[in-house]
Amino acid sequence: MDFLQLIISGLANGCVYGLIALGFVLIYKATEAVNFAQGDFMMLGAFVCIGFTNHEYMGLDFWVAVPLSILVMGVFGYLFNWGILRHMFGQSQTSIVILTIAMGFIIRFFAGFFWSHEPTSLETPFAGQDIRSGGLVLGIDEVMIVVVTAILTLLFYLFFSRSRIGLAMQAASQNQLAAYYMGIPVKRIHSLVWGLSGMVAAVAGILFASKGAIDPSTGLLGIKAFAAAAIGGFGSLPGALLGGLIIGLVEPLASRYGPPGVSQIAPYAILLLILIFRPGGIFSQTQRKKV
Amino acid sequence: MRFVFKTSYDADIQLFKHRAQAVWYGLLLLLVLATPLYFAAIGDAYLLGEITGVLILAIAGMGLMLLTGHTGLPSLGHATFMALGCYLNINFLGAGVPWLIAFPLSGLIAGALGTMIALPVLRLHGVYLALATLAMSMLTSDFVVMAEPWTGGIAGAAVPDINIFGVEVNRYSTPYKFYYLVLFVAILLVWFYRNLLRTPTGRSFTAVRDSEISARAMGINLTRTKAMSFFLSATAAGLAGALFGHSAGYVTNETFDLVMSITLLLMIVIGGLGFIHGAFFGAIVVGIIPVAIANGRSFLATTFDVNINVPGLESALFAFILICFILFEPMGLYGRWLKIRTYFELFPFYRKDMFKRQKSYLKTDRVQ
Repeated sequence: MDFLQLIISGLANGCVYGLIALGFVLIYKATEAVNFAQGDFMMLGAFVCIGFTNHEYMGLDFWVAVPLSILVMGVFGYLFNWGILRHMFGQSQTSIVILTIAMGFIIRFFAGFFWSHEPTSLETPFAGQDIRSGGLVLGIDEVMIVVVTAILTLLFYLFFSRSRIGLAMQAASQNQLAAYYMGIPVKRIHSLVWGLSGMVAAVAGILFASKGAIDPSTGLLGIKAFAAAAIGGFGSLPGALLGGLIIGLVEPLASRYGPPGVSQIAPYAILLLILIFRPGGIFSQTQRKKV
Repeated sequence: MRFVFKTSYDADIQLFKHRAQAVWYGLLLLLVLATPLYFAAIGDAYLLGEITGVLILAIAGMGLMLLTGHTGLPSLGHATFMALGCYLNINFLGAGVPWLIAFPLSGLIAGALGTMIALPVLRLHGVYLALATLAMSMLTSDFVVMAEPWTGGIAGAAVPDINIFGVEVNRYSTPYKFYYLVLFVAILLVWFYRNLLRTPTGRSFTAVRDSEISARAMGINLTRTKAMSFFLSATAAGLAGALFGHSAGYVTNETFDLVMSITLLLMIVIGGLGFIHGAFFGAIVVGIIPVAIANGRSFLATTFDVNINVPGLESALFAFILICFILFEPMGLYGRWLKIRTYFELFPFYRKDMFKRQKSYLKTDRVQ
């Protein structure tokens, strides 16, 4: 029972990592940029929702606040690309990496400035409610996380493989110039993807904050999500989710059964092992071009 | 406007382009050599200590510059190599190894260990390296705590004094000697760096940065070149870490954290990616900003009675400056200086888009 309980809470955690990784992979898949601020986007999304919902701030109804904060984060992502990243178009990836890291610091500062540096949790209507079956106690929040993540992944998978915009996004990523020739508005597509990933970040943040407390430095959690994305294979949506789940499961199990200190290191150790033995990740998307 | 007529192939790779340049750098050398005299005259060595700190940062910055600026590989984990160099140095000194051996050895071992960690990732694209080094940076503190017998863990470790043939060098009791020591190491590294860039190895670094595919077509072994660059880079960072330890006097698990790695990266971007000067300009800026913030804060508090005490303001300001530089002056401070100089040299023929980079359209790295 104890083991199952660990597994389920690990799954819920893993889904949050997976969702952050999903937003990260979305951007990577479509714009070839790596958003090192994705964890901070998630944190910002959570704080926006807290700002709308919690009684000490605006005190809106939860079900109004959620779509509102998802929308706000979508607009934020779009504007971030439109206002800042678009001017970096065609520059080296290194500068984009540095830029997004710097952005993460700024987001962390403003979250602490506008909301609080103290751990805050979201006031949800289903807080503290459980589903009991057998000896198993499932928090509704945990079940919710798993369900929402599964739905989102499916939607995105369909979006990328079936819809015209999704295909255009992939094309824009693989070869910008060729995509232009085909009449794809590459810049607008990029902004849209950033908006989309802002929305995913908001969902991840809301789920995270409804399960536990969040503070500005939670954004650093994003690094585990990057590990998740790399384990699953950069650019693969199911891979991102799988990587997130692996990390989410390994952490509680390592801290329960392993020697102390192992649980912090375990995700990165797995990352290094994967990078050594299967560099492209589990669902490898890399092909080699011969010179 | 000066015209340099190159009459031999050697003229292309000479250390100094023309005699005037050599004279200017000679004057600069005299200036940095004479700086302690001024502080000795006013009898206050506090600022000299700060300058020494800037030099140490510049050494680490040169290491990162070689990797990021000249080979095009981003690293978010150079503080880890500094930590490695620092703790190795402490342990060697503790075991009775003379400083003159312990210091270079700790740098080299830090470089070798760093390369071993990075080797699997070096074969992949730059983003993976950024990721792996970021993870490494996150883990540094944990590892320092776990390796308590050697590092002192959370309690920290005191750094022994430097002893060179009986001459004691300490940051506080003999700041002048410490300054000259650090200056000597910095100049030695600049000289090595400058010469490296003239060799086939150094040129292959730049080739890899500019186009991996072209470099491979020219017969450059990508993995070996990247590993070489990483080794040299981590070695420099290790040396800087050892000096940083001597300068701090006491190091704990929180000394070499992620913020330090990011500060190093910020430094070289602000200074100018791809120029040795950039590491120094960046180190100066990074050295000045905290002082400027503290001064600005006390100025606001005394004249306008406004107290700004917001946690995280420093790093946010750093980040903001960094974003401004990347957006508006991607070549950094040194690039700005180059532009100004070119403007005056060519007056009135300077054109606005002279330094404009060629637009490149991104292709996926998933097809490598």
